[in-house]
Amino acid sequence: MRRIVRIASWLYALAVYGFIFLPVVVLVLFSLQATSFPIPPFTGPSLRWYDAVLSDTRLTSALVNSLLVASISSLAAVTLGFLSAWGFARFVLPGSGLLRGLITLPLTVSYLIIGMGLLVLFNWAGVPKSLLAAGIGHVVINLPLCFAIIYSQMGDHQINIERAARDLGAPEWKVLLLITVPVMAPAIFAGFFLSMTFSWDEFVISFLLTRFDTTLPVEIWNLLRSGLNPKTNAVGSLVFAVSIVLVVLFELTLLRRRRA
Amino acid sequence: MTAPLVDIRAVWHRFGQQTVLKNVSLQIEPGSYTILLGPSGSGKTTLLSILGGFVTPSEGKVFIRGEDCTSVPPAKRPTTTVFQDYALFPHMSVGSNVGFGLRMQGVDGSTRSAKAREALALVGLASAFDKKPHQLSGGQRQRVALARALVIEPAVLLLDEPLGALDLKLRRQMQDELKAIQKRVGTAFIHVTHDQEEAMALADHCVVMNDGRIEDEGPPERVYARPATRFSATFMGESTILAGTVTETKDRASTVATPVGPVCLPSALPVGPAVGLAIRPEHLVLGAAGGGVRLGTAEVSDVVFQGSFKRVLAVSVEDPSLQFIARLPATASVQPGDMVAVSCDTDQIILLTD
Repeated sequence: MRRIVRIASWLYALAVYGFIFLPVVVLVLFSLQATSFPIPPFTGPSLRWYDAVLSDTRLTSALVNSLLVASISSLAAVTLGFLSAWGFARFVLPGSGLLRGLITLPLTVSYLIIGMGLLVLFNWAGVPKSLLAAGIGHVVINLPLCFAIIYSQMGDHQINIERAARDLGAPEWKVLLLITVPVMAPAIFAGFFLSMTFSWDEFVISFLLTRFDTTLPVEIWNLLRSGLNPKTNAVGSLVFAVSIVLVVLFELTLLRRRRA
Repeated sequence: MTAPLVDIRAVWHRFGQQTVLKNVSLQIEPGSYTILLGPSGSGKTTLLSILGGFVTPSEGKVFIRGEDCTSVPPAKRPTTTVFQDYALFPHMSVGSNVGFGLRMQGVDGSTRSAKAREALALVGLASAFDKKPHQLSGGQRQRVALARALVIEPAVLLLDEPLGALDLKLRRQMQDELKAIQKRVGTAFIHVTHDQEEAMALADHCVVMNDGRIEDEGPPERVYARPATRFSATFMGESTILAGTVTETKDRASTVATPVGPVCLPSALPVGPAVGLAIRPEHLVLGAAGGGVRLGTAEVSDVVFQGSFKRVLAVSVEDPSLQFIARLPATASVQPGDMVAVSCDTDQIILLTD
């Protein structure tokens, strides 16, 4: 009886992981297909579709755009998130709880609503559809995330460290730069890499707010409109690989923090 | 008479509805070791924060070296603080920690590290220069914090319960070192603690605080021998306190009526008011061969052997609400349940008029 339960639980675990990872495995496997259709039988391995992706200037420029938008918007989100977390943690503000709630609220609003809202706003303000507009959208969705991560790590035990620095003659900006930022570095990096990950494969906002120059997820969507081919698999695998790297970096910085 | 190094004038402080400092005035001499002693909530830490510039008092002024520092920020005043949790910068080496204050003053790198090494040598940690704070023990971190605060040569060094986080043995050892370091550098130290033994061991000037007020201040010997108030008689060492009323005064002597009988004191007191008579445990005599003042009979309720002496608690027969606290030699043969005569010498009685 116990054996049956054990086998059943193994099967269940296998099914769960299979359900999660099979699509990715299939995607990556058929990106190595040698023939023109990403359907069985597998005819590879071959790197011809990766070659095709990398020689497609629309895809490569979209890839560069994505990297730019992701890194710049994440930098902005993490800077603003850090400053607001520091402000909330160190100063007594009127209505602090309410304001903190408001800053994290966008986490609960769907990207579609945020994207539409920004579209209307930018239209009214005369900001053209562009990578900049999409980048601002990404700051809107990632700032609450960075704020939440950094604020949660900003404990009272750092207050005395900052006080000590002030006591030894450091002006406020040096306290922030030489003490608070290095001490908070793990949370700051974690926020940055998580923002990068989310911005990197964000579709809805980029789709709504860009026109000619666009990001990789939007370009992939354009590609998919003309039907499946191993090239979409190849570019999808590349996106996936970058995401993995970012998530691993995020985990590493957060884990290092816990061990310290 | 030179001007005091630190002059606190009529300081009040409130946190919301709560008044934590009530009209505190205090002067501190250059080169002295001052202890602010009091239970938690007595306002001693708030007073230290006001000196350090982390808190601006609601009322009153603070002068340091004759300058009004009341609302000068910590960075700009000639004080440094050793925090209770040490507050070392975890991402910097010990050397950079100690050199931080000099770096903020714009001192160049080589002078900085030379001075930091010197300060570390002063606290006996010369070898820790390249280590990180987390590689050090609690006592060593404490010394680094001390070196970091001393290296910029403050006029006053403020220590917030610096020994609170250390175990007893290390605490006594660091206590001796603190005193030695203070004598060597000659900086005025102001040290907050709730440990009266620490206070007696370290202080040149002991300030006893309770409920936002200074109860008593002076050399620890004086504060112990002649406490000014009931609180300081019980907080700075233990005392048995007899409640009494002055009934008669003649020829520069007074009689005080107490629950254990009249007690004669060699001083002229106004007749009428209630007074307290405090007696230190080591001055109470239990047994027949007594002192000059009889304090009735008591039943021994508890005997605690403490190594070099026995701490004895005895309940008065005449007034069961009165408990005598006595200190007897370790060799004394006294058992719980014994009935003993209690007495003491007249000149060991401390008169409390508050």
